[in-house]
Amino acid sequence: MPRTSEPPLPRIIIEGVRKTYTLRHTHSFKETFVAWLRRKKVSTSFDALQHIDLTVGESEAVALLGYNGSGKSTLLKLVSGVLRPDRGRVLTRGRVAGLIEVGAGFHPDLSGRENVYLNAAILGMSKTEIDARFDEIVEFSEIGEFIDTEVKHYSSGMFVRLAFSVAIHTELDILLVDEVLAVGDAPFREKCKAKIRELVAAGKTLFIVSHDLSMVAELCSRGLVLRRGELVYDGAIDDAIDQLKAITR
Amino acid sequence: MSKPDSVDLSAFTVPGTGRGVFDVFGYRYLLRLLVRKGILTRYHGSALGWAWSYVKPAAQFLIYYLVMGVFLGLNRGIEAFPVYLFSGIVVVNLFNEAFGNATRSIVNNRALVKKIYLPRELFPIADVFIAFVHFLPQLTILIAVCLFSGWAPSLVQLAGALLAIVIILLIATGLGLLFGSINVTFRDSQNLVELILMFATYTSPVLYSFQMVENKLPPWLFDLYMMNPVTAAVELFHSAFWFPTTSGSAARPEHLWLISALAIVIAIVALVVGQLVFRRLEGRFAQDL
Ligand SMILES: Nc1ncnc2c1ncn2[C@@H]1O[C@H](COP(=O)(O)OP(=O)(O)OP(=O)(O)O)[C@@H](O)[C@H]1O
Ligand SMILES: [Mg+2]
Repeated sequence: MPRTSEPPLPRIIIEGVRKTYTLRHTHSFKETFVAWLRRKKVSTSFDALQHIDLTVGESEAVALLGYNGSGKSTLLKLVSGVLRPDRGRVLTRGRVAGLIEVGAGFHPDLSGRENVYLNAAILGMSKTEIDARFDEIVEFSEIGEFIDTEVKHYSSGMFVRLAFSVAIHTELDILLVDEVLAVGDAPFREKCKAKIRELVAAGKTLFIVSHDLSMVAELCSRGLVLRRGELVYDGAIDDAIDQLKAITR
Repeated sequence: MSKPDSVDLSAFTVPGTGRGVFDVFGYRYLLRLLVRKGILTRYHGSALGWAWSYVKPAAQFLIYYLVMGVFLGLNRGIEAFPVYLFSGIVVVNLFNEAFGNATRSIVNNRALVKKIYLPRELFPIADVFIAFVHFLPQLTILIAVCLFSGWAPSLVQLAGALLAIVIILLIATGLGLLFGSINVTFRDSQNLVELILMFATYTSPVLYSFQMVENKLPPWLFDLYMMNPVTAAVELFHSAFWFPTTSGSAARPEHLWLISALAIVIAIVALVVGQLVFRRLEGRFAQDL
């Protein structure tokens, strides 16, 4: 069937999603039991996201903006599957690579090389895929001869460069980036931006959370603004940035 | 914005849903790397490294042997008491290590669980594998000791030893999934497990023989005692390693195969229950950690 005759399928569908966090006030059987005896509340709930509706297509670079605690990371975690929505549904098409925090899977006592394999596997790559891309990953990170050193001896920038390099070279359709581009020095950030543009041009979907508005303006075409768990704006990136500046926390 | 109802949803998946332990097969390579990581980093920075895996059980064995056998004189009824002791201890060690680590594994891997979606069963299962790898040095020592004592087991006895290992790994995985998932919200769970593990050495015939229990307990309680899967595994090990080094006059539990079959069934039930509870609680892992 010719693909051109159909409307392009979206990559991410978010329908009527709500995420409620339960804030527990008890942390052991005993506390729970005592609270229950005294008829005290064991928990309170808090809506981090309320009724979000959203679709993101192929080749789209979307920026998610909002002040601290507005629910950006929560939304990204719902898309990556780390969290599950309490209402509504999230659907994705293709492989999702989440950069919720770089280096989450890194082990300080292992060498850079071993960490590359471990982290790429965590992001869903097979051994053959990693073998094929290993040199590219190391080259991009500019780690060079330090690749066989334990990562606890890396500078924080080197650590992040290697972690980011692994993530960006994984086989992916949707890349989720949460506040990780702020690290690394200026030349490396330029390189990352170029790489991200390349991915978007290749039809990948990018979902990025950042407080760095100028960088977001450069990379993304569409902007979403969250305020206290509500989607208050969805449109062109420049307007989204203006909207963000206009609202209060 | 396109109406979601109008698009063909067949190509879409719901992120964060998997098939539980079956997904682990799809992540074999990652499982291998996680096990490797656990093994490589275990004795990191220690000069003796893997030698510790031999030193620890040997020291434990020596203590038990001196206290139980020499000071308390408990070995009188049991022929080749050191071998008896050691072949039981290694089984309980495997159980303790596998079950204890699996219980803590979700909490220990919180950095990953909170940030990246993976089938979370991978972590406890990797820990059970790591425990198995650490069991191998102990098994090596045991075999060496047995060979030294003129060990010539039959194939059936060896098959029994293999079955014992399978029983322990299954039950440790099942209980680890159960207590490990509860441990995310209630850390009491891991303390409870520590208590269970403390008892494990004493509730199986490791330091004494099953006959001493049989003589003291009413029959129904003794049957219950023998239904403990760890007991079945310990007795299978006794039959495989200790018994062939003796004159062959020692009594063996009746219906050992029946007891072992029951142990397998109990272990599988534990695995199913553990997996069900794990899946039930898994949705809350990332936010509760
Ligand atoms: N696991 C959790 N349990 C309870 N509340 C949580 C949890 N995670 C986040 N929250 C709450 O949900 C709200 C949204 O958090 P979230 O991390 O999504 O904010 P954010 O937009 O990413 O903020 P920032 O810009 O600081 O990264 C916050 O009020 C936070 O306290
Ligand atoms: Mg955040």
